[in-house]
Amino acid sequence: MGKGFHTLDHTADIGIVACGESLAEAFSNAGRALFSVITDLESIREKEQRDIEVTASDHESLLVGWLNELVYLFDVEGMLFRRFEIGDLGTDRLTATAYGEPFEPSRHQLKVGVKAATYHMLQVETNERSRVQVLFDI
Amino acid sequence: MWKDILNRIDDYCWEIPPTYKDGMRVPGRIFATETMLEHSFEEQVFQQVANVAFLPGIVGYSMAMPDVHWGYGFPIGGVAATRVRDGVVSPGGVGFDINCGVRLLRTNLTAQEVNPKIESLTAELYASVPSGLGSGGRLRVSEKELDRVMVKGGLWAAEQGYGNEADVEATEESGRIKGADPDKVSRKARQRGLPQLGTLGSGNHFLEVEHVTEIYDDDAARAMGIEQVGQVLVLVHCGSRGLGHQVCTDYVATLGNAVKKYGINLPDRQLACAPIQSPEGQSYLAAMACAANYAWANRQCIVHWVRESMIKLFGKSQRELGLEQVYDVAHNIAKIERHDVDGKKQDVCVHRKGATRAFPAGNPEVPAAYRQVGQPVLIPGDMGRGSYVAVGTESAMERTFGSTCHGAGRMQSRSAAKRSLRGADVAHALAARGIVVRAGSMSGLAEEASEAYKDVDMVVEVTHQAGISRKVVRAMPMGVVKG
Repeated sequence: MGKGFHTLDHTADIGIVACGESLAEAFSNAGRALFSVITDLESIREKEQRDIEVTASDHESLLVGWLNELVYLFDVEGMLFRRFEIGDLGTDRLTATAYGEPFEPSRHQLKVGVKAATYHMLQVETNERSRVQVLFDI
Repeated sequence: MWKDILNRIDDYCWEIPPTYKDGMRVPGRIFATETMLEHSFEEQVFQQVANVAFLPGIVGYSMAMPDVHWGYGFPIGGVAATRVRDGVVSPGGVGFDINCGVRLLRTNLTAQEVNPKIESLTAELYASVPSGLGSGGRLRVSEKELDRVMVKGGLWAAEQGYGNEADVEATEESGRIKGADPDKVSRKARQRGLPQLGTLGSGNHFLEVEHVTEIYDDDAARAMGIEQVGQVLVLVHCGSRGLGHQVCTDYVATLGNAVKKYGINLPDRQLACAPIQSPEGQSYLAAMACAANYAWANRQCIVHWVRESMIKLFGKSQRELGLEQVYDVAHNIAKIERHDVDGKKQDVCVHRKGATRAFPAGNPEVPAAYRQVGQPVLIPGDMGRGSYVAVGTESAMERTFGSTCHGAGRMQSRSAAKRSLRGADVAHALAARGIVVRAGSMSGLAEEASEAYKDVDMVVEVTHQAGISRKVVRAMPMGVVKG
């Protein structure tokens, strides 16, 4: 997987699969996959950062919570992110720093509105490599 | 193979026996024709309909309307009623876009009068109704005001001068579900909702100027102010925006924990639920009501701007143009209703996710103007195929807890739609048929092309033949505004 993620076909929504050497990398790539669905990642500049903390009951909920936090930041602050640094990733807690900039109509073409990350067909696998799968409601 | 799973009840109704999956409390019922089952039903739909039958307190059947397609947890186009006394409520049975619904306006105009102006009318509507991704709205409300929006819904809008009392009365629940509690709505949901009030959104949300092509029931149509073929109507399809999406996100997470607390066994995590008579269940219903009321306020503001646009363009007053609201229905919602279950009246929570209430003539919930004919059911198809107005029936009360379909279900994935179609081609093809489109996103346009949807004609025909709603009017688009 070249860029670390790809999208999945689904009737009404969009799914993504993200991979990494570690679970943290997979989570990071899942964040990039989310924003690749929303806009062209290359068009996002790293002008600002946001520190993020998410708590949940297990890895699957943490993945959904992480992505929904990003959806929230886009919806409320217009933040588009292209790069993430995952700090802590326990079974019930994640900290991260997200790098990007607020949406600017002249430079960013928005492709799709993401309502939320869902639990549908949710997968978190971690062996030698890590692989996560999430469906977004759009 | 569907033939191995389903038992035929009649030409339009098929049953999934409770033996299909160990844990089903009731059978599944699917409203469809054999042809539809053969061609446009995915295996996952049967799985999901069966999974819903696991919900504690479910009564009757786990149902699927003919426009069903697989969603998350509940299928989209699903109906499930649970006992209020000891059953559960599930946010997945409502959907992320709480009170996504439809509002219909009738007018005194004919297609002949509107056709020469359809380009400028569509442009004017596109300019005056905020839509699309990343765009702001026209309304500025304070946080305190937002609380009032969430409690008063359509009534709030009317009090602010957006629409009037007649609009409020011509709305399901009179535009507000009682028991809405803003304290149950998270700060995040409010932050998303605050700037988005009075916006259309994007995706499959749209606003459409249409003309009547067929009237099947003169009396019912006349009760709605629809008298002739060629008459122009305006349809608005949108929901509760980011506020509703966040409420669903928040409560799917909360109720995911409640499931463990109450020892509920579910085959699918996305069916997360809690007993209706639990703090978690009550909180969700109170928050869901807030989002629903927000959506009704939203549609009412949008219709206000539609009226303004038409008044401006045609140089006539609202009264001269006869811009009256026919009705407004929710198609992603959970309602507490009293229904006959095994010969006894019971309070049940009817989940309608991509399904519409369809109450019959004589029902006290139906506005006086329609009590002789039945509750109007507004069924939008996709952009190219137009829409229907129907009425609810007694048969719907008997068979589907007073429910029917919500529109044309999706058949083709969005990426498949984009691979086979280009937004510009879709716009071109529609223009060739005389349909003007103003869309904020070309790729969004390709995803919403007709080919990607089930046939609304077939869907509505099945509900008509199954008796769960009765066709009244058919309309075709003239101008469409999309985000």
